[in-house]
Amino acid sequence: MLCNECGSNTACVHMIKVLNGVKTEQHLCEACASSAGEVCFSTGIHFSVNDLVKAMFSQELRASTAPGVTCPNCGMDFADFSRSGKIGCNVCYEVFHEQLEPILRRVHGTSCHTGKVPLKAGNAVRLRMKVKGLRQDLDKSVQCEDYENAAKIRDNIRVLEKELQDEGAESNGQ
Amino acid sequence: MGNNKQTLFDCHVPLWMEQAGPEGDIVLSSRIRLARNLNGVPFPEQADAEQLQQINNRVSFSVKDLADSNESHQYQMLDMASLTEQERRILVEKHLTSLKHVHIPENRSLIIRDDTAVSIMVNEEDHFRIQSLTAGLNLRSAWKMADETDNLLESRLGFAFNEDLGYLTSCPTNLGTGLRASVMMHLPGLVLLSQMHRIIEVSTQLGMAVRGFYGEGTEAYGNVFQVSNQQTLGFNEMEIVNNVLGLARQVVEQERSARRILMSDSGEELADRVWRAYGILRHARSISGQEALGLLSAVRLGIDMGVISHLSPDVFAELIIATRSCIVARMAQSGKMEKTERNRLRANLIRERIKGGNNDV
Repeated sequence: MLCNECGSNTACVHMIKVLNGVKTEQHLCEACASSAGEVCFSTGIHFSVNDLVKAMFSQELRASTAPGVTCPNCGMDFADFSRSGKIGCNVCYEVFHEQLEPILRRVHGTSCHTGKVPLKAGNAVRLRMKVKGLRQDLDKSVQCEDYENAAKIRDNIRVLEKELQDEGAESNGQ
Repeated sequence: MGNNKQTLFDCHVPLWMEQAGPEGDIVLSSRIRLARNLNGVPFPEQADAEQLQQINNRVSFSVKDLADSNESHQYQMLDMASLTEQERRILVEKHLTSLKHVHIPENRSLIIRDDTAVSIMVNEEDHFRIQSLTAGLNLRSAWKMADETDNLLESRLGFAFNEDLGYLTSCPTNLGTGLRASVMMHLPGLVLLSQMHRIIEVSTQLGMAVRGFYGEGTEAYGNVFQVSNQQTLGFNEMEIVNNVLGLARQVVEQERSARRILMSDSGEELADRVWRAYGILRHARSISGQEALGLLSAVRLGIDMGVISHLSPDVFAELIIATRSCIVARMAQSGKMEKTERNRLRANLIRERIKGGNNDV
């Protein structure tokens, strides 16, 4: 049976309406039934975070003027990201740093990591991250005009920066 | 080992759930998940079979580290490809692994502690997904378990990390801490008073997600919802844990007041609803998984509200897992099973579990 509306597709929605005792029958294809708004189809559309990320990669890909750079470690290029919505490996984050930046900003804002640091990351990384955290605290204190606390934080930062310098000198000396 | 493996698929109530946790009348469990990756090896979706196998080999040494670190527990490493399809599905139904992880079982594995409170998915979306589970609202101790497991793995493996972006992950939405903290809650009161939309709206504004745990959207089967953080970067682990904990506590309070309102304004209707649900579960000869979840939720509410006194609240936690399709089939020692047969067995299983007591007239 063909659709009553468009007359070309096979009808797959068969409706019998009884309105004030008057019975009407209609046979529609899926498209016509949808546009008539008679039935709500559960189309099984699942819009996931992954789809959103893919869309962001695609957008960035179109905007990007960079030639086809591929990651030397895993061989992925930026177009691959827009297909999978996934990054290829840890090296990709360095190779595509510039193109990823606007995407990361959309997902995470301008935030920087302030959480756990791997034990193996080394003392210098740990110190630098601590300084970064303290700088944020310093900004907050200045904003609240808590200058006493700000001075304390500043002194702490100086101590840590000194330690960092020593650390650098030590590793250079080795 | 063989024995452990049997227990894993046959025992319905996870061992970690046997002791009721804080706010156990509303919160079923707390979960922490950490995403971790190795340096220099393509992430699983980009890696070839050989690289994936290498990752399995490298992490296999950590199984001993884990066992040595904690004498009271044993760990085993399951090769997903060597399990039957049904066994893999059971692991998914028990939330020990994900559909994604079992979709292509080759070169995927699962490291699991004997009480299933700690597990590590190997080669899912990331090289490693460390998970820890506790009963009730107890995210801090779940975090502690995950953190310790992470440290042990890292001591041998070394994880991809960047000072600004934190732990590097396959999906950029997990960057930073790679941490997802979630709390599974039973919220029949808020659903009955049509308040879930409000809770979801507020949670979204706070950067949290609230999802139905079974089924999609707000009409969660069994009224089980999961509250979790969305942001992974810019907050440290304790901040994330405390934020989720704070929201979960609020929701618990809201659920308690919803239950009070229901009891005082429509106590009789509530009791009727509870006993009707009990009646169906007690006497049905065939029941779908979805219907069972809804009715079990009403019965659990009845137990919590003192309407039903002869059943233990654990029945709910046990049966929402035990009535999943593959677990039902497994109990009948059957492989593939027709839906009608499964529904019949499910009804038998429930009848058997909730019978007895003086109130059972």
